[in-house]
Amino acid sequence: MSNYNNEMVEKFRGNFLKEVEANVEEGDWVKMCMQCGVCSGSCPLGPHWEHPPQEIFMLIRANKREEVLNSSSMWMCTSCYNCIARCPRGLPITHIMHGLATYAKRLGLAPKQQATAKFAQLFWDNLVKTGRVNELKLGLSLYFMNGIGEGIKTSLKMKDIGLGMLKTKRMSPMEMLGGHGCKDAKGLHAILKKAKEIEEAKIGIHGA
Amino acid sequence: MAKKSYSFYPGCSSQKAASSSNYQVSVDAMCDVLDIELNEIPDWNCCSASIGYAGGGELPRLALSARNMALSEQAHPGQDIVATCAACWLSTKETQERLHSDKDLLAETNTALAEAGLKLKNDKNVRHMVEVLIEDLGYDELGKHVKKPLEGMKIAGYVGCQTNRPFGIAGESFENPMYLDKLINTMGAEACETYEKKVSCCGGALAFSEPEKSQALIKDIIESAYDNGADMIVTPCPVCQMNTEVYQDQINAKYGTKFKMPVVYYSTLMSVAYGKNGKEAGLNGHIIPAKQLEAIAGK
Repeated sequence: MSNYNNEMVEKFRGNFLKEVEANVEEGDWVKMCMQCGVCSGSCPLGPHWEHPPQEIFMLIRANKREEVLNSSSMWMCTSCYNCIARCPRGLPITHIMHGLATYAKRLGLAPKQQATAKFAQLFWDNLVKTGRVNELKLGLSLYFMNGIGEGIKTSLKMKDIGLGMLKTKRMSPMEMLGGHGCKDAKGLHAILKKAKEIEEAKIGIHGA
Repeated sequence: MAKKSYSFYPGCSSQKAASSSNYQVSVDAMCDVLDIELNEIPDWNCCSASIGYAGGGELPRLALSARNMALSEQAHPGQDIVATCAACWLSTKETQERLHSDKDLLAETNTALAEAGLKLKNDKNVRHMVEVLIEDLGYDELGKHVKKPLEGMKIAGYVGCQTNRPFGIAGESFENPMYLDKLINTMGAEACETYEKKVSCCGGALAFSEPEKSQALIKDIIESAYDNGADMIVTPCPVCQMNTEVYQDQINAKYGTKFKMPVVYYSTLMSVAYGKNGKEAGLNGHIIPAKQLEAIAGK
């Protein structure tokens, strides 16, 4: 358990809804859910969610903190925005799911081997480096994210797709040597550092 | 029509030798015919797409798009921001709206931007290229430039998610938007009117992290195009394009299907119909060749 998690348990003792409202992106919308289930029925990966959005909302209100934050559910969000478009109460469900996933990760409670959680971090680290995504490095880091053995297996499986992308000039080995990027990557890094500081101060993460 | 100028946000996947570089090629060809000037936002950065949340959280993610918008305000005052990528458009527009409705968040964003000497007024419209085509030019104007009508071709208009939800195109429904079908018909081809997977999700970024679950979705999208008699699929989104094109062999191996369905962009169709050659239309950028379009472009 991280210190941050212990502090938040202490701070919001017994009121997970309040905690979500304070610390999760768009979390103050959660109380508006009327349990109609349209979001769950509209979700393309819905059948794979341990708890679909409607259940997540009720679990939050029922104080099931660990059950929500340990869940792989929110990580199954494809950002298709079907739930947002259809919610009769207008809840920004996609963003709440993203927010819950991020919060679980910050607390150290997100499932450790969740593939999308890992990929999302790889994606962020990749784009921050130069300010633009390096697709080749991103692809390779994804294939090898579970170690060398699995990486080689996945790379072989993806070989034909890679060759197709190379042949149609939609991928270039030259990207390994640096590739595209912002000229003012330094300025961008300063902006992101400041934004992170402000956000962490708001939700009580210190000295991270 | 007089030349129309926009502040253009191309996005990572449109860059040279990136996964939708052929989209950019066809957009350039299309804009050349329609007298649309795209002024690239100087030194733009990635928007972090829809998967950026987990690493970036809220404010750093908003700051990414805010930087692009501030640079656009500096370099191209008075010009709307236009994106061709669905995720670029969505992230930027979302940031624009969020910061418009939350003054504290705008102030915090500006505190971050000040670290690089930037300031955001947040007074610009953020639009998708499709909106420019439909709203600023209109179907009549788009039809006037057709030199080679795409006669005899049946096309499934796959709108997908992020050019459709949560913002979409004004006047269109989320469940059955008609603009892509109208564009197809305007180019002289026939849109599959009953294509039921028009706004279904391809898995997006989860095609990378959850390939089996996503490929099950992609299979249905392609299968439905075949069921509707389509010769090819057309889409406005780089991720939709890639997901529905490049995994067809893997899907065939797993499900015993025999998919070989070309998937092109609306701008590919338009470039060919406007008389551009195959290279100008980006047709050489497709792993599954769009042979019918190649034949028309080669005439």
